[in-house]
Amino acid sequence: MIRGRALAVLALAWALAVAAAPVSEDAVREVAGQLRCVVCQSLSVADSPSETAHQMREIIRERLAAGETPEQIKAYFVEKYGLWILLAPPRQGWSLLVWVVPFAALLAGLVLVAVVVARWTGRARTAPAESPPVDDATRERIRRELAEMGDGR
Amino acid sequence: MRAGRSALRWAIPLAALPVLLLLGYGFRTDPREVPSPLIGKPATPFTLKTFDGEPVSLDALRGRVVVLNFWASWCYPACYEEAPALARAWQSYKDRGVAMIGVNVQDKDEPARKFLAQFGHTFPNAPDPAGHVSVDYGVYGVPETFFIDRAGRVRWKHVGALTDEVFKQRVETLLAEKG
Repeated sequence: MIRGRALAVLALAWALAVAAAPVSEDAVREVAGQLRCVVCQSLSVADSPSETAHQMREIIRERLAAGETPEQIKAYFVEKYGLWILLAPPRQGWSLLVWVVPFAALLAGLVLVAVVVARWTGRARTAPAESPPVDDATRERIRRELAEMGDGR
Repeated sequence: MRAGRSALRWAIPLAALPVLLLLGYGFRTDPREVPSPLIGKPATPFTLKTFDGEPVSLDALRGRVVVLNFWASWCYPACYEEAPALARAWQSYKDRGVAMIGVNVQDKDEPARKFLAQFGHTFPNAPDPAGHVSVDYGVYGVPETFFIDRAGRVRWKHVGALTDEVFKQRVETLLAEKG
């Protein structure tokens, strides 16, 4: 009987502790910061002063208090609003393209620039070898003209 | 060398092509219109307390066509435009087994009651003070209206003021379906 009562008190204390365990503002912000505010342009649920965002933060707080993980809460909002609600698209499926394509394009651009630059510098280096050989007559003419220029000074 | 250079000449227009296609697609779509992922899914059950103090629950309406309308007294003009249509719809369909529920969003008690009195709404209307039902239905703003079939699935979502035509077309389709 006494043991039963003690157990009941313990259970009550535990229930009270769980119910009272406050969810930190940081934990709510952590989830809210990843969700797009549905009534704003380019604001997260964490940053929006709107009533809708405020209600959403309260829902996040309730769900955290009920023991849900941030991933579960995000999944709940995605189920209701679609992937659109996530500020960062998931790194899987079609959304992965958003993450991969910019870097792939950057890499392709760098390779293109490297190839073009290599071609330009390569041509410049081989250019003298391609010029026609100077024969003795031309060399004599150059020497003479240089001498004339020297006289004219 | 020559082949390489002509390939490069094509590279720039070719690179611009996907960007132009993407822009063409992007400019054709309305960035404000977001499709609801709830279409075809079971409507989330809820129980609210109406302004008259009566409980209203979706589960109790299973087997009936349900029209769920989210509104607010501050939602001017769209909610005021559609309110007469809703009142007419209720008069026409309440005896044909259609259930209508109004969910009052982010509102104050007094102006909400004034709104209901102004349009003589007699179908159940209930406030959603913490926004639970609104978020469960992925509501962006008001007014939004959901058409739920006899099997309890969300079939259509109408964003903006509802008209007699849209209401009739949706509800007649759902009424024609077997339960």
